[in-house]
Amino acid sequence: MARIRTALKGKWPFAICSGILVVFFLVSILAPWIAPNDPIQVNLALKLMPPSLEYPLGTDQLGRCNLSRLLFGARVSLGFATLIFVASLGIGLVVGTLAGYRGGWIDTLLMRFCDGVMAFPNLVLVLGIVGLLGPGLWQVVVALMMVQWVYYARMIRGMVVSMKEQNFITAARISGSSNWKIIRRHLVPNVLPPIMVMGTLEMGWAIMDISALSFLGLGIQPPTPEWGAMIHEGTSFMRSNPELMLYPGLMILFVVISFNVIGESLSEQFGVKRRY
Amino acid sequence: MHTQPNVLQVDNLNIAAKSSRGALPLVRNVNLELKPGKVLGLIGESGSGKTVTSMALMQLLDQRAMQVQGSIQLNGQELNGLAPKAMRNIRGKEIGFIMQNPMNAFTPVYTIGNQFVETIRTHTGLGKKQAVELAIASLESMNLEEPAKLMKKYPFQLSGGMLQRVMIAISMSLRPAVVIADEPTTALDVTNQLQVLKELDRLRTECGTAILLISHDLGVISQLADEVAVMRRGEIVEQAEVCDLFDRPQHEYTKKLLQARPMFSGNEALSRLVI
Repeated sequence: MARIRTALKGKWPFAICSGILVVFFLVSILAPWIAPNDPIQVNLALKLMPPSLEYPLGTDQLGRCNLSRLLFGARVSLGFATLIFVASLGIGLVVGTLAGYRGGWIDTLLMRFCDGVMAFPNLVLVLGIVGLLGPGLWQVVVALMMVQWVYYARMIRGMVVSMKEQNFITAARISGSSNWKIIRRHLVPNVLPPIMVMGTLEMGWAIMDISALSFLGLGIQPPTPEWGAMIHEGTSFMRSNPELMLYPGLMILFVVISFNVIGESLSEQFGVKRRY
Repeated sequence: MHTQPNVLQVDNLNIAAKSSRGALPLVRNVNLELKPGKVLGLIGESGSGKTVTSMALMQLLDQRAMQVQGSIQLNGQELNGLAPKAMRNIRGKEIGFIMQNPMNAFTPVYTIGNQFVETIRTHTGLGKKQAVELAIASLESMNLEEPAKLMKKYPFQLSGGMLQRVMIAISMSLRPAVVIADEPTTALDVTNQLQVLKELDRLRTECGTAILLISHDLGVISQLADEVAVMRRGEIVEQAEVCDLFDRPQHEYTKKLLQARPMFSGNEALSRLVI
């Protein structure tokens, strides 16, 4: 116990936020078993009910259980944010490593393309892509992925370029390792930890973006529960039942703050600088 | 002795950097030859082209930025212009390389043993267990204590002298014909220097490895080298047996280099220090 206390000394925000995230991830995995009601069961006779034993957080305008919808909403937000994170990290890793390691015209071509993508404000680009593909959750995921990998690619490329000149890479070449082996065994393992730090910060953004697009009606389509979409549905009842907007809003707030705090304290520990 | 073939023979090596203003010569007309079990010292001031030469021997210079001309023969096989894949098989196996700074020559995320075994298995068909045994034996012959424990340590847990000995152990484990040692003792303190030099000396007598010893430390050269080549501005200005060179330097630059050694014997040197 004393050891845990010293380990956490001065790191309690990190500990609390990790705890919050663990709870959210558990909830999103266990949602079908712990939700008190069916999240898409419409019952107009029970609409806009105050909290009760059966409906712990009351019901919405269609008589659906608020708590169940929040729990299921966590699945969409966290699940798809993780998916976007993994996918854009994957693309960024391939492109960044290729550009950084090979250099030359490949590097120029790929990085100028990244510059082009970064020149647009993120949300505008995402809106454009979703507009092109049509509304829907998968379209949103693809659009966010297409925009976010650029940041990973740039960061990884920069790290690879500086690491390529390190002595231990030369040492690996001197001992006869192939390029592929050097990348797999010596570059990637050294690049990944700081990138994971950046990834936690990006996760917060991804959740915000998914919710924002759903709020605009471009993301997930009703009746599937999602926090951003729930806020949107709640706007019509803002005066009479503000809690309809408040609950999902608080969820987003907690999750995003947790991701940011964790990312921040990790980056302090790793000495990684934020870019924005 | 004259009938022995050269392990490494370099003829008319020219290296130039490609720049927007045309080729910029870095090394001109370098000729070196190395017989088995012999040590050739290569000395010269910083920037005289010693390291570039050694990198060219390993074919490690970027083809897009550097132009390497001339002949580099290892046991009669031409290395200059060899296909990358064939060259990879030679690096580490036929030519060992000991780097200047041992502190960052190991990937920080893997243990010593992990990297040692990786190198061995890149070049041989040995199984994991055999590779570990070979690695431990090599570390042991380098007078490192508790090699089995050492294998499980990470690079940052070892001192510079230990890491340098590990690096020598790695480069010697596959019994290469030639070892290029690029300032192997520069980053070490004096006690460790002596130890590393002893190990190098033992290797060439026991295994018959030829060593190209690159250094700017005349003390190191005089202890180990049989023959010395003096390099300046990309050219070899003088090449002679070690005793000849130290006692009867011919070239003006060699004389200057020898005089530049810090000395504590003469009164003149002492009085200069006092002031």
